Amino acid sequence: MSLKVLKPGLATSVQDAGREGYYHLGIPPSGALDQYALRAANLLVGNPATAAALECTLLGPQLEFQRDALVAVCGAAMTPRLDGAEMPLDCAFRVRAGQVLGFDFIKAGARGYIAIDGGIDVPEVLGSRSTYGLGSIGGFVGRRLQAGDELPLGAPAPAGREGLALPRSLQIEVGGEVSLRVVPGLYHHRLTAQAAEQFFADTWTVGSEADRTGFRFKGGTPLAFEPREQPFGAGSDPSNIVDACYPIGSIQVPGGLEPIVLHRDAVSGGGYAMIGTVISADLDRMAQLQPNQKARFVAITLEEALAARRRYKQQVENLYRFFLA
Amino acid sequence: MHEQIRYSFGGDEHLFAEVAESMSLEAFFRGMAVTRAVERQTIPGVLDVCLANASFQIRFDPDQVAPQALLEQVRELEAHATTERSIHTRIIEIPVLYNDPWTHETLMRFRDRHQDPASTDLEYAARINGYQDAQAFIEAHSGTPWFVSMVGFVAGLPFMYQMVERERQLQVPKYLRPRTDTPKLTLGHGGCFGCIYSVRGAGGYQMFGVTPAPIYDPQQRLGYLRDSMVFFRAGDIVQFRPIDREAYDRAVAEVEAGSFALRIRPVEFDLDAFLADPQGCKQRLQEVLHVA
Repeated sequence: MSLKVLKPGLATSVQDAGREGYYHLGIPPSGALDQYALRAANLLVGNPATAAALECTLLGPQLEFQRDALVAVCGAAMTPRLDGAEMPLDCAFRVRAGQVLGFDFIKAGARGYIAIDGGIDVPEVLGSRSTYGLGSIGGFVGRRLQAGDELPLGAPAPAGREGLALPRSLQIEVGGEVSLRVVPGLYHHRLTAQAAEQFFADTWTVGSEADRTGFRFKGGTPLAFEPREQPFGAGSDPSNIVDACYPIGSIQVPGGLEPIVLHRDAVSGGGYAMIGTVISADLDRMAQLQPNQKARFVAITLEEALAARRRYKQQVENLYRFFLA
Repeated sequence: MHEQIRYSFGGDEHLFAEVAESMSLEAFFRGMAVTRAVERQTIPGVLDVCLANASFQIRFDPDQVAPQALLEQVRELEAHATTERSIHTRIIEIPVLYNDPWTHETLMRFRDRHQDPASTDLEYAARINGYQDAQAFIEAHSGTPWFVSMVGFVAGLPFMYQMVERERQLQVPKYLRPRTDTPKLTLGHGGCFGCIYSVRGAGGYQMFGVTPAPIYDPQQRLGYLRDSMVFFRAGDIVQFRPIDREAYDRAVAEVEAGSFALRIRPVEFDLDAFLADPQGCKQRLQEVLHVA
């Protein structure tokens, strides 16, 4: 039983929790950029939290169901419409075979997660159903959805319950000016003292080049690197280093101009100095940034990053507990 | 003794380690020794050990291993890791159509991101490396073997270090701003590194040509990709062979028919022998490649 894609939306792909262990070959974790929203949507329809769902970006898809289903949409504020009728976000609703699910324009946030009971039943590749588009693996034939695709669905889970909704305390707010917490490090010492300070003082604007690989930021002061004789093999620009591994969330600043923060489809390495890393607890928040939205970077210590991670895990734990009850 | 490795945390999930600021095979071999020791240790919570040219990175789950505890373990392993100075590896011949129409079209499209918008990447690279013209540059590029010192950026992309005396190594800056597009199987160069773009996508390296040989294929259709969808491994040695358009088209047809093969030979590489006599080492490697 399947799901037919009438319109694909801007960038819709199958994602789950992602894959680990292949980054050393250049294959990044992938998976839902907003992992919390993925889990919330899955749990609402009675799926395991990290079942494969659809991640859509800025413009939602139009989908025709070929079997009855329980559906939930979490993440960005994009109102679902079932045969034109408005449906709630953060709530499991019933879809009948033959009905068409579409979406209004996005109001806030950037990525919506559409979970369907039974999950999207594409084959696992390297331990995950997540799409890694650059490498053409995972998801639906290794790419974003296109009109006419027919996605296989898993057997419906009996655990789902129509009308089940996320309480306010478990919903995540999207939109507004966002702070991303950063542990400075890596090649941070290459910046001048003034640039190191300025980076965190400026308000940045998300650029149009913002996708699963990374987010480009504009509108801040150009960053100067300490002058030096460049090490052999690095290349002549002061922002160049001997090509090295890039952490997920790491911030590179090619030419000192526009910072790029990598996300879960990251390039695994390259030759631009990284000046710090957005912490794991803020990757979901970054996933919901729209082009032109304002953001600031806030420097924190590794200990603070670990504390933030514990609070994030607690929030996920609260989510799980709500569904156990 | 080795200089101490510089460690820095990449957020709460990565331990980054810089063996040396400058590239050298010495630094690569040191990084390989420490990462192999880390892998052998099988530390719970270590998700991935990524070796790079003169650095490495460990991706970990801080819920399973405390970052500081991991750092201490890795420092301990570093202190005791002996660097192997000789490896069993393979040499691979990669055919290249230099100055091809596809990278040419792409580099023209991104001229505003280049240091020298008035010339092509090959002309620019030839000039700043002191070669008379693009042809002389191509001869230098394809005249020596290259050492794969990192796999990554995108799935299966090899970074290659030219196996000649340092003063003869080709060097070029990366694009001022990375391109958003690079043709699949483009031969690139940035800093002192050559690369082959395994898939189409963004990139910041200068573009010199294309190879018809797939080096990453999730379907694993060709014989040499049957063991792994990613062909290259750190430690591989590559020799480029310039081909013309006709030979390129023929090779592409063979790839499509599933009959394309690469020339691959096993070889022993000794770091000290190379450092003592790069020219002699080059000749020996090229001979090994052409043993029937």
